[in-house]
Amino acid sequence: MFVARSIAADHKDLIHDVSFDFHGRRMATCSSDQSVKVWDKSESGDWHCTASWKTHSGSVWRVTWAHPEFGQVLASCSFDRTAAVWEEIVGESNDKLRGQSHWVKRTTLVDSRTSVTDVKFAPKHMGLMLATCSADGIVRIYEAPDVMNLSQWSLQHEISCKLSCSCISWNPSSSRAHSPMIAVGSDDSSPNAMAKVQIFEYNENTRKYAKAETLMTVTDPVHDIAFAPNLGRSFHILAIATKDVRIFTLKPVRKELTSSGGPTKFEIHIVAQFDNHNSQVWRVSWNITGTVLASSGDDGCVRLWKANYMDNWKCTGILKGNGSPVSGSSQQGNSNPSLGSNTPNLQHSLNGSSAGRYFFPPLDSPRAGSRWSSYAQLLPPPPLVEYSCDADTANLQYPHPRRRSLSRPLNPLPENEGV
Amino acid sequence: MEELDGEPTVTLIPGVNSKNKQMCFDWGPGEMLVCETSFKKGKSELVPGCPFIHIIRKDVDVYSQILRKLFNESHGIFVGLQRIEEELTGKSRKAQLVRVSKNYRSVIRACMEEMHQAAIAAKDASSSRQLSSQVSILSAMELIWNLCEILFIEVAPAGPLLLHLLDWVRLHICEVDSLLADVLGSENPSKHESFWKLVTILVLQGRLDEARQMLSKEADANPTSAGMCRILGDLMRTMPVLSPGNTQTLTELELKWQHWHEECERHLQDSTFASSPHLESLCKIMLGDEAALLEQKEHLNNWYHFLVTRLLYSHPTVKPTDLHFYAQSSLDLFLGGESSPEPLDNILMAAFEFDIHQVIKECSIALSNWWFVAHLTDLLDHCKLLQSHNLYFGSNMREFLLLEYASGLFAHHSLWQLGVDYFDYCPELGRVSLELHIERIPLSTEWKALKVLRICEQRQMTEQVRSVCKILAMKAVRNNRLGSALSWSIRAKDAAFATLVSDRFLRDYCEHGCFSDLDLIDNLGPAMMLSDRLTFLGKYREFHRLYGEKRFVDASFLLLSLMTSQIAPRSFWMTLLTDALPLLEQKQVIFSAEQTYELMRCLEDLTSGRPLCGEPDTQQLQDDDIEATKVEMLRLALARNLARAIIKEGSLEGS
Repeated sequence: MFVARSIAADHKDLIHDVSFDFHGRRMATCSSDQSVKVWDKSESGDWHCTASWKTHSGSVWRVTWAHPEFGQVLASCSFDRTAAVWEEIVGESNDKLRGQSHWVKRTTLVDSRTSVTDVKFAPKHMGLMLATCSADGIVRIYEAPDVMNLSQWSLQHEISCKLSCSCISWNPSSSRAHSPMIAVGSDDSSPNAMAKVQIFEYNENTRKYAKAETLMTVTDPVHDIAFAPNLGRSFHILAIATKDVRIFTLKPVRKELTSSGGPTKFEIHIVAQFDNHNSQVWRVSWNITGTVLASSGDDGCVRLWKANYMDNWKCTGILKGNGSPVSGSSQQGNSNPSLGSNTPNLQHSLNGSSAGRYFFPPLDSPRAGSRWSSYAQLLPPPPLVEYSCDADTANLQYPHPRRRSLSRPLNPLPENEGV
Repeated sequence: MEELDGEPTVTLIPGVNSKNKQMCFDWGPGEMLVCETSFKKGKSELVPGCPFIHIIRKDVDVYSQILRKLFNESHGIFVGLQRIEEELTGKSRKAQLVRVSKNYRSVIRACMEEMHQAAIAAKDASSSRQLSSQVSILSAMELIWNLCEILFIEVAPAGPLLLHLLDWVRLHICEVDSLLADVLGSENPSKHESFWKLVTILVLQGRLDEARQMLSKEADANPTSAGMCRILGDLMRTMPVLSPGNTQTLTELELKWQHWHEECERHLQDSTFASSPHLESLCKIMLGDEAALLEQKEHLNNWYHFLVTRLLYSHPTVKPTDLHFYAQSSLDLFLGGESSPEPLDNILMAAFEFDIHQVIKECSIALSNWWFVAHLTDLLDHCKLLQSHNLYFGSNMREFLLLEYASGLFAHHSLWQLGVDYFDYCPELGRVSLELHIERIPLSTEWKALKVLRICEQRQMTEQVRSVCKILAMKAVRNNRLGSALSWSIRAKDAAFATLVSDRFLRDYCEHGCFSDLDLIDNLGPAMMLSDRLTFLGKYREFHRLYGEKRFVDASFLLLSLMTSQIAPRSFWMTLLTDALPLLEQKQVIFSAEQTYELMRCLEDLTSGRPLCGEPDTQQLQDDDIEATKVEMLRLALARNLARAIIKEGSLEGS
């Protein structure tokens, strides 16, 4: 892994969420400065902010993209007790000339009476649906029946979770094999609150969501939750960010064994549990194939977890702050491709002091009958060069560290106080 | 069971203070976003110290221009290897696999060459250093691959094994060639300062013919040592070696070799070379004397050269199974406790131990890129080696590594196309991985979209085809390119969206009185059946064409049938009836009496079904006014047409 670019976000307050669109060509950021920004990647690979607007009257917790089948649509949720849906307008105005795009609010979802803590679009096969959850303990599922008219959203379901909700995750598995399913996590820290993760499944007969499972073993506050892409497995994988990172598998128990009509029951196993973040884990998220889980925690690191071909989970990578400020330029390309730069070990071994090895062989002059004679004629023998290489070429150097003066922050909202 | 991975790699994010801040992040298809944040809500110091969003990429090598060649060319070899398969057995199969292995290696070497040139040409020291370090890594890859080829693919038996190993050492430690040229090019070679170094290295590498020629130069220049040189030269000449075409057995060779060895020994004991320390030391080397060999450490460069030289002069018929024993002791003797083995040493040692799993494991730890392990493992798998070594997960390991490599390719804006074929050859998870990756390819140009579609269609990935078409249809609608939107939704077989786009077309027609994208609508063909609205659009356009061609009877028949068959949406009936007006006003009678009745019924249906509005505003009143006039005109025209039709029909029948 390497930092390919650093882009000045220019938010006036703390950024709470960053979100790539489906193709990775656009991104959205949201902040306590109550705004959302959209960034577009140009053909040359540079990122430009193409829209920035005030979205809410409180901190914006999360921002997320709808599938491009539904157009260019964003949803945001906020401390101001609302979630909102935004659509990009293809304008005839001058915006385009200035490289700016225009986003309009299509709807404000005002059903929550407390801070809306998470918003997620449902898997696309379910149509244009989104779920929100809020501190009042209710998960709400909305649907836009007409994908060309995003101003109409109907509240389809309200699921009461009894506990202040912090995060939701749709099961991305296809509809043919599995009913729609949503997992909810709670960060309720009151002492008598028990299990913090509940899983709800849609029942075709009752047309309602019913609780399928409660993860009894997760009793500490949960900050994030994520189903893995399915990859054709018969079971589901769920990652949870609590005081540690946990990965569960949920194997559906065959229907005929359970009482008919009721929600699916699952055999639940914990397959991994890592406390490397030392304390609270705040975010978990899967890569697009569900082979790598990333988690972010109180240790200030993002850790990457991967199962090897034996299905053993291990930490394979760590993204860690280097603590020193970045130099002032707004966009930096660090495109120094270097083979094996992540692991200086081999370079050490190749270029280290041991017995002064020569590793670049000037080619043999063609020898009759040699296996390489045909190849060796390709190029004349280059001069002999002995290479030495510093071990730390992998570490990115930022010359002239200099602290940027920051614009004064907005006064933060009193977010801790009860709503 | 051991794991494939070593310690996690640490990537430093500039400017982020991990001590009191956290990071929020998101995965993209090929990149990751990372940004400083604070999850502990309500903390006083909220503003990030690092107001930057960082784009993180996984596989740095994918972005190297020179390595692209490696990826491109090895892709061809890989695909070829998947196809040679089965029909070949025994010797010819092995020959094929060795050829494939050599092809891979020559790609590595070509790449190494280019990078080496680039390093020399590099303007600044740091990029030159970086390129040079990549050259040495490529060189190590080739070294490892070559050894694996000899041991695992070629499976050279005792005898030929050593010849292969000698070639291996000569190929990778070849500074001697430039030295040779240097010395021979000088005025008086035997007086050259590196003369003895050269001869020693030639002997160490078993290049005895060349060494002999050098000795003859020394003999010519220095008559006092000519005799000794001749004797040593004779020893070199008479050293028994296994030559490829020779039919002698190993036992014969061993016997001859033993005899030769004793002769060398005798010369040493007789102090034949006592007056020339150089010659004496060469003789000792040829006797395989460990101490004498270790004195040449600096000319041997490394332990595996030491190993091969030692085998050449003491165990020329070493069996593959005994290799690891000599390898280990050579490593120990060579390092002599001064330094500990490094990753490359461990990899080579694992190969000498025939521990393929260990080789792959160590390589994937030492090399950040998956190219090497993926291709090598795949090749070894084709040699049926992973099964025979009782790795029950053997084929999984191959697939695991190929999937890793292919996913890395998909992060690149053009190399992803190579990744497709790698996924194709992963029986277990290849297809589903390809599905997940391919739908994320940005459809930035039509050309790229068509490429993605072709790949999906070839593999019957119907859902991905549908999704891509749907995305493009939506994009086109948003940009008001209705024709494109319609053709994409037809391709997606998306009835709902086709209806929506058809409605847009009809709305545009109502507003502007003409159709856009006539080509498309005129040539819908069977695609017209996708949705009722699309059928209507197609038929309605057909009506216009007939009308334009003055085929009024056909046109009127079609117009009426659009309403009576309920294909036309009711909201559009008034437009259709208005379209009938000019037909009703023609000189000749076009609508028959019966058809006119039908039209009248349609009009009455439409007007009677109209709900009354509560409190109409002025605009609506105006609209209603226009509407009422229209209806009046229609009624009048219909009545007149009916009268004419009755008269015409009556008179025709009467005549």
